[in-house]
Amino acid sequence: MSQQRPKPPIPYNMRDAFLPGDAACSGCPIPMGWKTVHAALGGKVIYVIPACCSSVVVGTYPGQSLNATIVHVPFAAAAAVASGIAEALEKRGITDVHVVAWAGDGGTADIGMATLSGAAERNNNMIYVMYDNEAYMNTGIQRSSSTPRGAWTTTTPVSGKAEQKKDVARIMIAHNIPYVATASIAYPHDFYSKLQRAKSIKGFKFIHLHAPCPVGWRFEPQYTVKMARLAVETGLWILYEYQNGKITLSGPSRPYMDPSKRKPVEEYVKMQGRFRNITPEALEEIKRSVELNWEWVKKFM
Amino acid sequence: MGVRKALTGNHAISYAVKLVRPEVIAAYPITPQTSIVEKLSEMVESGELDSVMIRVESEHSALAACYGAALAGARAFTATSSQGLLYMHEVVHWVSRARIPMVMAIVSRTINTPWNIWPDHSDFMDQRDAGWVMAYAMDNQEALDLTIQAFKIGEDPEVYLPVMVGIEGFILGHTTMPVEIPDEELVREWLGPRRQPYVVDGGSPIGVGGLTMPEETEDIFYGIQESMESAKRVIERVDKEYGRLFGRSYGGLTQCYRCEDADYIAVAMGAWSGDLMEAVNALREQGYRAGVVRIRFYRPFPHEEIWRYAGRAKGVIVFDRSISFGGWGPIFTDLVTGLATYTDKLPALSNVVTGIAGVNITSEDFERIVKRFIETVEKGGKPVFFEWFKKR
Ligand SMILES: Cc1ncc(C[n+]2csc(CCOP(=O)(O)OP(=O)(O)O)c2C)c(N)n1
Ligand code: SF4
Repeated sequence: MSQQRPKPPIPYNMRDAFLPGDAACSGCPIPMGWKTVHAALGGKVIYVIPACCSSVVVGTYPGQSLNATIVHVPFAAAAAVASGIAEALEKRGITDVHVVAWAGDGGTADIGMATLSGAAERNNNMIYVMYDNEAYMNTGIQRSSSTPRGAWTTTTPVSGKAEQKKDVARIMIAHNIPYVATASIAYPHDFYSKLQRAKSIKGFKFIHLHAPCPVGWRFEPQYTVKMARLAVETGLWILYEYQNGKITLSGPSRPYMDPSKRKPVEEYVKMQGRFRNITPEALEEIKRSVELNWEWVKKFM
Repeated sequence: MGVRKALTGNHAISYAVKLVRPEVIAAYPITPQTSIVEKLSEMVESGELDSVMIRVESEHSALAACYGAALAGARAFTATSSQGLLYMHEVVHWVSRARIPMVMAIVSRTINTPWNIWPDHSDFMDQRDAGWVMAYAMDNQEALDLTIQAFKIGEDPEVYLPVMVGIEGFILGHTTMPVEIPDEELVREWLGPRRQPYVVDGGSPIGVGGLTMPEETEDIFYGIQESMESAKRVIERVDKEYGRLFGRSYGGLTQCYRCEDADYIAVAMGAWSGDLMEAVNALREQGYRAGVVRIRFYRPFPHEEIWRYAGRAKGVIVFDRSISFGGWGPIFTDLVTGLATYTDKLPALSNVVTGIAGVNITSEDFERIVKRFIETVEKGGKPVFFEWFKKR
């Protein structure tokens, strides 16, 4: 893999983010994401977390496995509560604290969509990270609008999800906010530098973080990072940054602009139990969506 | 001291908010609340008021944004009605359980369907189990005074709960009355700096609202119940202080009108209490010793005060402007429960549910109903325990 941009150093303080005793499943992508956020933003972070796996992963009162301030909020309310916090901090003259709304795909693409869109339109000062494990995992693997076509979930139990994956980053780009990026837990350096950039910008920043879940996707816990990397290597998940009307492809995704460099989508799909019953048609649709997504990205480059 | 202005009930609330100067206000329109946040927007844009306005995309977000702001140490205010309040309901509970003070005005409007914009108390009463201190005004002056007091009450360390202030849409909301606006400096001085049990501003790590075991969650709920008890004292104290400073005192959780020596007590909440007082005046002229106990605070519920007045009475008639379908009016239910804890010899009791969906009830209607009740009890007949008084 050719890395065109040098890897930025990730400070060792990422290890301070997580305290012993979290309640995550083994191989969970959530703590991986938090470590990078902590490295990039330091301890002065207020996480606003709606109902999702993350609200459980931090453990039970009086313990808390994430070494930062957390405000747990109703499922649909993350971006709105974060707006209120951000406005109050500004009014109180507190400028060195980052407000991070951290929500799953369900809390973002579905029930929280209006709230997210409202906060983005108001350009409230926060970093919104949607960690995308592509289903409602906390309630036991139900489909979300961010579940890919053909994937088994407990509410699409026989033939898999019939509809395509909702592209939330693209929706956020349509909001003309100062910063939109996609990221992957397999590329912490890339995610780190995106958080660094987001942190330097005032207003609404959206980062769509691809986060494979071993439990919901039906793969062995040791393969979480491998799965996330395969999504990028197959061209299924494209890493980019969007600013001022332009998309900049991120280092890890650059080789895959060339279709011949991409690994076959089958390689990604066959490693996951959730695609066990995928029909050839649905697989073709997924492959087609890869092409369409690349075409779309190229238009903005 | 203050200035007098002719104001609608909605604008009286806007002016109260202006005197308090909350750092954050969230705005979302719904009839008949809208003119509160419109007026506040005007004040903010003209520079009269230096609050941050968050123009949110829904009521759920309006209250959520206020919750965030209040957590982060700001005074916060929003207002809504009916469907908007129902849409917020999830967050209504969230705020009180986090013990975060803030103030919300409820401009009552009946709940749909069918579409109807006229007032009853069904939206306000729908929030009764949510752990908010719940006040309801009788006129525009009280709407202003209660809104200011709400900040003082909610932020009292003995309370630390959010407070809602209700008025009826249109009846007060859009009707102009002379209102005295107190001196801003004095209001600000009296309120003092914001007080809250903890602040979320990125200082040291703190977790708010995370997963908690049943016993600990129960402790939090129990704490709310205890604070409701303390709130009774705080509300009385605040009313007295306010009276001393601003010249208007209403009498704590309830207001008694000719009720000290009354044989018959009529209980009501909201603007129509004024019509009921008129009815009682007419009845007194006819020799009936009737009085009114007006509910100013529905939560905490004024059991003791009602017992004080109703304990000696021969009969108590309760007017409810909302209904718990399949049950009775909520004020009546609470009142009877309260009285039953003081005595095993209840006075004659009657619950009249009326004025539902905005149906207009006049002082003549009240006079007729109360008189009928008194006569029934005097004749030794069984009073009507429950009646839905319909006008057609
Ligand atoms: C209003 C409301 N509806 C439903 C729920 C139940 N619920 C809790 S978490 C969740 C799914 C969360 O899914 P997602 O946002 O994708 O996060 P994940 O669990 O996958 O991390 C649901 C449906 C809720 N808490 N609140
Ligand atoms: S279900 Fe998936 S996302 Fe949720 S805690 Fe387990 S591994 Fe993490």
